[in-house]
Parts: sequence; C-alpha cells; structure tokens
Amino acid sequence: MERLSEPFGSFIDRSQTVSFRFEGEQVSGYRGDTIASALLANGITTMSRSFKYHRPRGVLSMCGHDSNTMVRVGQKPNALADCVAIEAGLEVQAQNYWGSLESDRLAMIGHVSRFLPVGFYYKAFYKPRWAWPLWAKLIRRVAGLGTVDLATPHGYYDKKYLFAEVTVIGAGPAGMAAALEAAKAGAKVLLVDENAKIGGALGYARFDGAGEHGGKIRVDLVAEIADEKNIRVMTDTMCTGWYSDNWLPLIKDNRLYKLRAGSLVVATGCYEQPLIFHNNDLPGIMLGSAAQRLIRLYGVKPGKRAVVATANRDGYGVALDLLDAGAEVACVVDVRSNPPEDEMSMALMHRHVPVLVGSTLREAVAAPGGAGVREVRIADIESAERAARRYDSFSCDIIAMSGSYAPAASLLHQAGGRVSLHNSGGGFSVHDLPTHIAAAGSVAGTQSLDYVLAEGKDAGRQAARDAGFKVATASEPRPAEPEAFAWPIIGHTKGKDFVDFDEDLQTKDIENALTEGYQHIQLLKRFTTNGMGPSQGRHSTLPAIRLAARRTGASLDETGSTTSRPPIGPLTMGHLAGRSFEPVRYTAMHFRHLERGAKMMPAGAWMRPEYYGDARNKLESIAAEARNVRENVGIIDVSTLGGLEIRGPDAAEFLNRMYTFAYLKQPVGRSRYVLMTDESGVIVDDGVACRIHDDHFYVTATTSGVDGVYRTMLWHNTQWRLKVDITHVSASYAGVNIAGPKSREVVDKLCDDVDLSSEEFPYMGVRHGHVAGIPALFLRVGFVGELGYELHVPASQGEALWDALMKAGAAAGIRPFGVEAQRLLRLEKGHIIISQDTDGLTTPHEADMAWAISRKKPYYVGMRSVSIQEASGLTRKLVGFEISDSEITQPKECHLVIRGNTITGRVTSVVRSPTLGKVIGLAYVAPDQAEPGSKIGIKVDGGEMVQAKVVKLPFYDPDGERQEM
Amino acid sequence: MKQMQCPLNGWRNIQEFAHGGEVLDEPDPNRCTDLEWAEYIFIEDNKAGLVKEWWCHVATAYWFIAERDTAKDEIVRTYDPNELFKERRDYTRPEAPEEKR
Repeated sequence: MERLSEPFGSFIDRSQTVSFRFEGEQVSGYRGDTIASALLANGITTMSRSFKYHRPRGVLSMCGHDSNTMVRVGQKPNALADCVAIEAGLEVQAQNYWGSLESDRLAMIGHVSRFLPVGFYYKAFYKPRWAWPLWAKLIRRVAGLGTVDLATPHGYYDKKYLFAEVTVIGAGPAGMAAALEAAKAGAKVLLVDENAKIGGALGYARFDGAGEHGGKIRVDLVAEIADEKNIRVMTDTMCTGWYSDNWLPLIKDNRLYKLRAGSLVVATGCYEQPLIFHNNDLPGIMLGSAAQRLIRLYGVKPGKRAVVATANRDGYGVALDLLDAGAEVACVVDVRSNPPEDEMSMALMHRHVPVLVGSTLREAVAAPGGAGVREVRIADIESAERAARRYDSFSCDIIAMSGSYAPAASLLHQAGGRVSLHNSGGGFSVHDLPTHIAAAGSVAGTQSLDYVLAEGKDAGRQAARDAGFKVATASEPRPAEPEAFAWPIIGHTKGKDFVDFDEDLQTKDIENALTEGYQHIQLLKRFTTNGMGPSQGRHSTLPAIRLAARRTGASLDETGSTTSRPPIGPLTMGHLAGRSFEPVRYTAMHFRHLERGAKMMPAGAWMRPEYYGDARNKLESIAAEARNVRENVGIIDVSTLGGLEIRGPDAAEFLNRMYTFAYLKQPVGRSRYVLMTDESGVIVDDGVACRIHDDHFYVTATTSGVDGVYRTMLWHNTQWRLKVDITHVSASYAGVNIAGPKSREVVDKLCDDVDLSSEEFPYMGVRHGHVAGIPALFLRVGFVGELGYELHVPASQGEALWDALMKAGAAAGIRPFGVEAQRLLRLEKGHIIISQDTDGLTTPHEADMAWAISRKKPYYVGMRSVSIQEASGLTRKLVGFEISDSEITQPKECHLVIRGNTITGRVTSVVRSPTLGKVIGLAYVAPDQAEPGSKIGIKVDGGEMVQAKVVKLPFYDPDGERQEM
Repeated sequence: MKQMQCPLNGWRNIQEFAHGGEVLDEPDPNRCTDLEWAEYIFIEDNKAGLVKEWWCHVATAYWFIAERDTAKDEIVRTYDPNELFKERRDYTRPEAPEEKR
C-alpha cells in the first residue's frame, strides 16, 4: 500500500488500518478510505464491468457521480465504491461479469458492437413473434445491474421531520460562505453536504501556483462554521429533490428526513466533464478532479506517468498536483489554441512540463489485458469536428481530463429555475429562480474562487432576508468573468469513444439517432437511453445537447435540456418504505377483547373485534355469538360509532336540514332514525338522533363516516349561519350495545335510577342514568333485532362498564359478539349498512328508504336531487333475497345478478343465517324484479347460475316484537 | 409539499387540508329549474386562472375560502367565509311566496 505523506490524505487516519475483501482477496486501507481509494492504493484499478460491452471500468469522478465503480457490498448491490467508506470485514464484489472480473466472457459483445447499433432493441427481437420468449430469457440473463439477494435481512429505516430557516445544499466555498452570512444575520441554518467532510473543492482543487490558497480558506471557513451556533452541519447527506415550497427529502444513513426550508441556497457545484476520444473509458482515465481528490483527500498517487487534457486553467492545477504527488507529467494537452498565461501555467512552465496547445486526445491505447492505459495519441485540432490524422504518442498510465463543467442544477430545475447554456463556449447561467431560492458558486456558472465566495455571501444574505431577517443585500457589482471554453467533440472512426459510460453509448450512436430523426433532446434521450443510467446524465447530457445542436444548427439554449426529476441520486426502497405514521385507534375496551381472544379488524382508523376465538372455528364462533344474542344476551363494543353533539336554539332546525326525516317535533327523551343524503341525493350516512333537551341533540353516525359528516355539517352551517354548536365527541364516549331477551335483567342489576320497564322506557327511548355507578346515556335501539340498550359512558370508564356488565351478565350467559355476528344479525333484520349496501350512487328510493323522507319540510340537503330522481324513476332497487336450497354454491358479496345477457344488479350482503336455516342477502335488482316472489339469477364462483327468491324485508321478526318487548 | 396559509392556523402543509370544491351560489332549490340545479350540483368551471374554493383545515375542522391561481399554482389569498356569508339563510316551501334572499 503506497501512500503519499501529509498534508495529502486529509480524509484518512493513517493510525488505523482497516481490512476488507474485494473479490475474495484481502485488501487493506486506512480509516476514512472509500473502497475505491483503498483499491487504488493497492494497485487495483478495475472495479466493475460496463453494462453493455462488459468493458473493464475504474474510477472516473471519485465522488459518486458516475456508475463505473458500482460494486456489491455485502448484500447491497450497486453501491458506489468511491463513496462507501471501508469497514473491517466488508465483503465487496465487482459486478456485471460472466466468469471473472479480469476475464469476462461477455466482453466479446464489444467485438460485435457494430451489429448492435443504437436502438437495436427497438428494431430486433419483435419478429418473428415466436422467438421472443427465447430472446427474453437471454436478455434477462444479460441485462440489468447487480443482483438482488432475496435472503437480505430486514433493515430498519425510518423518517424524521426537520425545519430550518435557511438551508444551504452543498458545503463548498459558496455554500460555506452563504451559511455563515445567513447565520450572522440571525437565521438558523442547516448546511448539507453529500461528502464525508465539508469544504468541497477547497479540499482538493488547486487555486494558485503554490497550491496553498484553497486549503487556507477551507481551514478558516470550517473553523468559523464550527464556532457558529446558528449552523447545523449534516455531512454524508444527500438532498434527492426539490418539492413545492422548499420541501426537501434528505437521505442520511437509513433515514429519510423531510425538511421544510424557509429559504434555500443551492450551492451544489458542477460536474467536471470527461473528454470524448477512442478508449476514453479505460481504467486509469479519470477526471482531473478525481485525480486531485485521490491525492489530496486520500493520499493516493493515481499513477506513475500522467497526461493531462484540459480546456481550462484547472487542468494546469491538476498537472501541478500530480507533480507534487511525485508523478511524472508527460505533457498537458490544452484544447485551446491560445490559452491565457497565468500563475498556474507559469508554474507548470517552470517545472518543464510540455504544453501542447490546440490539440486533443485522439485515442488511448490499452495496456496488455485491456484493463489500463499504455499510451495516448495526441493530434492537432483542425476544426470543431476534425482532428489531424498525424499524431504524437506519449506513454502514460493515467490520463486526467478537465473537459469543462456542467451545472449540478437539478434542484434549481425542479424548483422552476432555468439554466441556459452559453452558445459561445462551455459557460452557463441561471435564470428565473422562484422566491426563497438562491443559487451560488459554480452551479450558477461562476468560476473564480473570489467570485464564488462573494456570490455565496450574497446568497446567504438574500436567504436570510427571504426568511424574514433584516439584512442589507446590496453587494458590489463584479465585472463579468471570461467565458469558459467548450472542448470539441470529435468522433473516432473506430468508435469506443464513449459519451455515456453507464449505457456504453458512443459518439456514433448519438449521431445515428440524430440521423434517424431523433433530434429533439427528449426523443434523443429516450431512443439512445443517453443519461438514463444510474449517473443520470451528469457527464453525458451536455455532450448530447452539443451534438444535437451541432446537427440541427440550433443554439445550445434552444436545444434545451432533458427534464430533471427527483430523485436526483440513488434512493433505496427502504428509505421510501421505512417506518411511517399510521395511527390506529383503540377503544377503551380494546385489551378486554384481546384477553378474550378477539380477532381484531380495522374499521376506519379504529380496531374492532371481528369475532372471538380461533380462526379455524371462525364460522362456528360467529354463529354461536349470534345465537347467544337471539337466545340469551350479547354485548358488543360500539365505542367506534360516531358521536356528534348539536346544541343551540336552532339545533332541531339544523338536523331538519341535514337529515331527510323530520326533527322539529321530536319529543325530548326519544331517538329518531337519521338518514343523510349529499347534495346530489346520494345516501352518505345514517344513525340516530337523540333529543336530550329542546336545544340539544346527541346524534350518532357511522364509524368511518363521522369525520365526513362532521365536516359536511360545518360546511353547510358556515353558509346557513344557524345558531348551533356542533361538536365531534366520538372519542369522548365509550359505548356498548347489550342485546338479547335477557339484556334488561342484566342492566337492571347495575342500575337503580332508570326504570327499564317497557312502559316507562319504550323502544327508541332515551334516558340519562347510571350503570354500576357510571354516568350513562341509555338508548333503546334495535339494530340487531332484539331487546337491547346502547349505553354511552365517558371513554375513561368504558373498561369499567364492560367489566361490570360481563360480571352481572355471567348468570344470564352473556358473551361478547363481534362485527361479523352483528352484520349477520342486522342482515336478518334487513337493516342496511351504509357503504356496504349502498354505493356512490344509491338514492333513498333505490334503497327502499322513502319512509325516512319527510315531504313537508322546505329543505334538506339533497332534497331537490331526490325529488328529481323520484320523478325520473328507478333503474335498480335494493331487495332482500333468500335461497332455501342448501346444496348450492353460496353467492358472495359483489356477485352479479344476471338476467339473460344483462347484468341487472349485484349482491351487497349475504350470509347463511343460523337462525333461519337458509341463505339470505341483499342485492340490487332491476325494478321489475323487485316484487317479493320474483326469481333472480346470481352468477357465483365457477360461473354457475344460482336461483334466488326476492322476499319482503325483514327476514326475521317482521313485526318487531322482539326488539320492542 | 405545498403549504397553505389557514386564516385560523397559519401556514400548514397542504396534506392537512381538504378541498371542498368551488364556491358557488346555491340556487333556490324549490324554485330553480332542474337544469339550474344540475349545473349547481355537477358543473364546475375548472378554470385555468383565478378560482375561489372551499378548503377545510381538517385537524381543526375549520372551513375557509382560498383564491388560487390554477395556471400558476399559486395560492393568492385565504380568508374566513364570514366575508361572504354574513346573514342567516332560510328556505321556504315552493307554495310559499318567494322571499328576498
């Protein structure tokens, strides 16, 4: 392991050696190394194979911006070796090869590449049709990146909310300056960076001849930030997108943060661009900034003898850094024909490095075995599209490329900003940013460090002002910077001059697609898949735009860019699927149900007992629970029922408007059925209204409907301005329904202040009193069709009520019943359940509920619609049906009622009634099938038609004697 | 996620709100034509531009009115409905003489 001495290697700790395995071989590095830096320090340059031609690939950006270094780490595929820190015992595998990494049998695909032109998969394989299954099998074997290990253990992922007055994304020079300015103005600042340490380019790039300027500024800024209490720093954190009003997802480790930023500074920098030449993808060919990161951050000498190709002054800094690191620099190739002289070029001249101006890289020659560079051939540039045939050869083992820069502007794009590419060269600028967003530094096209720092400060002040802090934002005007230079894209006759490394796209692939007519940048992307790989076009979008613009003659700005959508970086399913908030409501008696072995089911946000007992005996349990209600006494937890208190001088008038029935003359101490229709006359809820006082009603609503009912009531009264107060009290009360012929004797044991006799407390009566000393509202209702009482008590005493009733009822054979038994019992009585037996179009007349409509009042919600429906006649009707034949296949809910070739309706509820000994149910049928005695046909599972008979409702106790006893 | 300024609760995430449709004038249900009633029930303008809508802050069950520019996806103004609904509304049977509303 050869390493440079300090100050090189600012990220690594040389005192701690860490060993891991790559392709089964032991490799060691230092704490702070990434997998890629440790491998390079050990002379391992090939990290994976490419997607299509299976070419060996190594480090390109050294900061996770490309997919060349995608490896498998433990069970996790597609990890970026230049980002993942090494840990002891890590198992790392290269990806995408058949055989071995050194000798990949699929690399032969590269030799037949001329038979696999761009878009070949759109043109091949689709005929003959019979051959597709064979192709599919092969393609599935070959395509895709990495493999999923189905035995991967579950990971813990979660989510957290964050708030910041000012958020700065990117902690390079601009971001750090912005954060400090905003913090000084008083704002709480969150500074986010995807790297392990803050500093950005200050940590690795060279800004002066001596190579000390950037480091000094970094030390000062980092120290200032550490001392600034208003700044919170998050490193190793990726912002994966921008959503409305500065809502930003941040990924750090296994957590997804949902950040709301008051104002935002985007200082995300830019992506250095590779050059395009034959074999530009060989391991050892990397970005200039990657070579600098290796040297300065990880203390790794990228190679022994380098050629640096550049279109700007930064390449000169790369050459100086390589020299400082002890590498030989064979030459600097400057694509500019007349580069300006400056401090850096002078320094290079003093170190006797030849500079070839007006030249470009024509091709790289692979080292034996193909996994490295041996030589590079350099030719004069003759025009934007042509290089001279004659070339000079230089031997080297690395090539560092400083092409130009593309902005890392995805966040700005998503926020509605526009980046325009300057046609004159490689520069760009940002426009049309929405409020509360500022851009600073190289993402905005600013190049020199002094300007970047000044722009960062401006952005920080603007962000603080946007966040509501008083701060002067005027700054001194800065003269324009010289335009960046655009390096020429010159295709090579032998191809393998890659534009997109992820998808192995060569210059001619893009050219061919343009020739085929895919000249719109969006079409070009989709046809070629340029920019669709894991690195999302960071290095390939700009050359594609330039190639398209060159072909069409349009400017770069007119050619435009492809849409940048979130997520910007890789996001695991775990982050999206991780723990989220799904609140569940328990009633006061919840744990009593569990103690009795209840099978719980969701009902709206609540959990309710479906039935009590073992799942293997489900039907028997339900039947026994129901039988006990009919014969003895049962008890069901109805705490989830909606409850609304309506108070005020207009309370009765209000109910009269909200519900279809009449309530003005409802006596105190009585309850009355309520049916609610919406404005279009569709049934939306039901319940009972209890008149407690002239000015006070207690109204029940369905478990899942009450929230909507409450909201609807408030909406109407916002417009009516009636004198009522409407309160949602569902969760304030616990309730039980105790039902069955012996219910009166059980309640009587616990109550001495309400006369329970039928004369004093008749069916549909309402009383106040006490049960086992607990204050309770007593309702005599008959949903299940037996003598019964609903007892509503304060929620805090629900469990005590339950315990008292269970104890008092023991002698009478009391047992709890669940939702399933209740559904069975109510169906025997022919009661409908809103939203099970009604749908989004059911009208009162269809549901045979015309009896619940008052025709004398001037208004109820939906009245006009109901009268229009009534006048236009029925298209279907809800009826009861029965099937006496016990041999048939029992219909299920939603099975269709069919007559001839026509669907006339569907089953909404169906059960085999243990009380009646036959199958009973409710179904929609055609109006002319609705008469009792009609025969209807129901198509059941398996396609068989079952005959059923329409009968009058209810099925059980038609005169209501049992519930009114 | 967008935010909206609730006149009662201030700036809140949009997921805390429920949309209640456009603010429309209810025609007198006992005197309007079927067509007028059907328009009121089923037809929304759905403009690309400034719309006036009902919104409810669900957690506090507070209804208010929002004016929104659907073309720009901007919430222009939110306010309490008592700006528009100042007086008690009553309904009369169709046979009763029409009252001033």
